[in-house]
Amino acid sequence: MRSKQLGTIGYYGLLIILALICLGPIILMLTTSLKLKTQIFDDSFSFFFMPTLTNYVAVFQDERLGRDLSNSLIVGLVSTVITLTLGCMAAYALVRFRFMGRDAVSITTLLLRMVPPAVLVVPVFMIWTYDLSLTNTLTGVIIIYVALNLPFVIWILQSFIEQVPPALEEAARMDGANPFQVFFLVVLPLIRPGLAAAAIFTFRIAWNEFILALVLTNRVTRTIPVKVSLFITEHNIEWGQIMAIGTLIAIPPLVFTFVASKQIITGLTAGAVKG
Amino acid sequence: MSVRRKANRSTPYLFLLPAALVMALGLLYPVLRSAWLSFHDWKLGTPPDAAVFTGWENYIFLLEDPKVLESTLVTLTFAFSVVALEVVIGVALALLLERPIRGMTVFRTIFILPMMIAPIVVGLIWRYMYSEQFGILNQMLKAIGLGGVPWLSSPDMALISVIIADVWQWTPFIFILAMAALQSLPSSALEAARIDGATPLQTVFYIKIPLMMPVIIVATLLRLIDAFKVLEVIFIMTYGGPGLSTEILSLHIYKTAFVSQQLGRASALSNLLLMIVLCLSIALFVFNKVREGQAQRTR
Repeated sequence: MRSKQLGTIGYYGLLIILALICLGPIILMLTTSLKLKTQIFDDSFSFFFMPTLTNYVAVFQDERLGRDLSNSLIVGLVSTVITLTLGCMAAYALVRFRFMGRDAVSITTLLLRMVPPAVLVVPVFMIWTYDLSLTNTLTGVIIIYVALNLPFVIWILQSFIEQVPPALEEAARMDGANPFQVFFLVVLPLIRPGLAAAAIFTFRIAWNEFILALVLTNRVTRTIPVKVSLFITEHNIEWGQIMAIGTLIAIPPLVFTFVASKQIITGLTAGAVKG
Repeated sequence: MSVRRKANRSTPYLFLLPAALVMALGLLYPVLRSAWLSFHDWKLGTPPDAAVFTGWENYIFLLEDPKVLESTLVTLTFAFSVVALEVVIGVALALLLERPIRGMTVFRTIFILPMMIAPIVVGLIWRYMYSEQFGILNQMLKAIGLGGVPWLSSPDMALISVIIADVWQWTPFIFILAMAALQSLPSSALEAARIDGATPLQTVFYIKIPLMMPVIIVATLLRLIDAFKVLEVIFIMTYGGPGLSTEILSLHIYKTAFVSQQLGRASALSNLLLMIVLCLSIALFVFNKVREGQAQRTR
């Protein structure tokens, strides 16, 4: 009996240590963003300090930060909406129809999902600059983020659409609905959980992405991750201010995680468990 | 009736077309364009028309340049180390902590936080923690009477430090997958082992791990593919340094293109990275097909 109790204590003890390892660095970022410069460089460890918003006030004094944030928000939201719309239509076609080229499309999509963004940097820069004149526009960033996210979204929505009973669609068709009505009015409402998971992943990738944004944007259109990288290459690193921006970048994904951890875990594990 | 059948035949293409167009423009065409570019000499800032066809020159350069070799070695060391560590630690923790308890959802939510925040922010946090004078890691070492470690400034240590940061971020992924796999193990096998008097350790090594193997293999391949994509965390933490000690291929591509301004060579490098990832993807794909086949036979 006693050893069982000890086991339980050890069990929770290990879980709590792991949770602290995961959370510690994130909390450190948050607390640093609330510290004054002198407190950050004070090498005696201090857990207790007076939080101050000085760093946040300082970073927002730069008017460009507001624009960078709104660029990120626009890019994130617009690319999420477009990716989801195009993605669920494509996934529906792949699940519910038998047509020529279906397997080819499906395999190509799977393989395209694996392409590293670093591989795309050079050719996309070239095409966007010289063929399409899309560099330094938000549209250009949005298009590449939609392309980058589509394979994953198509693939994850397929498994949700497979679960919709075909009888429902059949009934709607009997009532005279055309394929697009069947899709938008019958299928879409039923796969809302899948759409939520897909939306979170797409927004997160678009919001967090750095290297393509670095190459494809300028001072006016840059997104917030690019802004941070400019801070860090300066010689005198203002850690308080950097951590304030870091916290701003981290907030939306963290909020999503707390609100929809179930959908996120579905999205993360879908690939490996079901195959 | 004939009208309707005609509509039916084009319907799937109409549904597919918009997504296919965007993927063709943003993924497929760039990959092909990169293949074309890798046979040309093109400097940044000049129009593509100025690119000169140079045949295999860029690829020969790849083979001869010691920097490329070193960067490839760094990439392989990084990718295989992080994945090995993550799989071993993640699976071990899952086996230790497997037990349905209240509050597990809360812990699971906390464990996925490191994967959700931007890689660039992960890079920032770890660069800050690794700081030699005021970083929390050296402060803790000093507090227990040990000397500071040159986390990011020594070439030997920098790659290890970068690996630690990735292990911090991605071990939870393996842990959560392994947990899910454990929970879906057939209870009959575990029951049989118990009746036969298997010790817990025997159950782990002879029953649980073999049954989890398919999930472990898929997770390993997925993580390997991702490990070859890593760029931002290292960009912020070390920018490839000191020297070339953390210069992974993706970062080397970026620098070749936008620092050295050799876009043709950068494309050849891109194709090298793409080939590695493509091989891994095909391995994953084939493995999944075999697995599906087996599942259907047993059913």
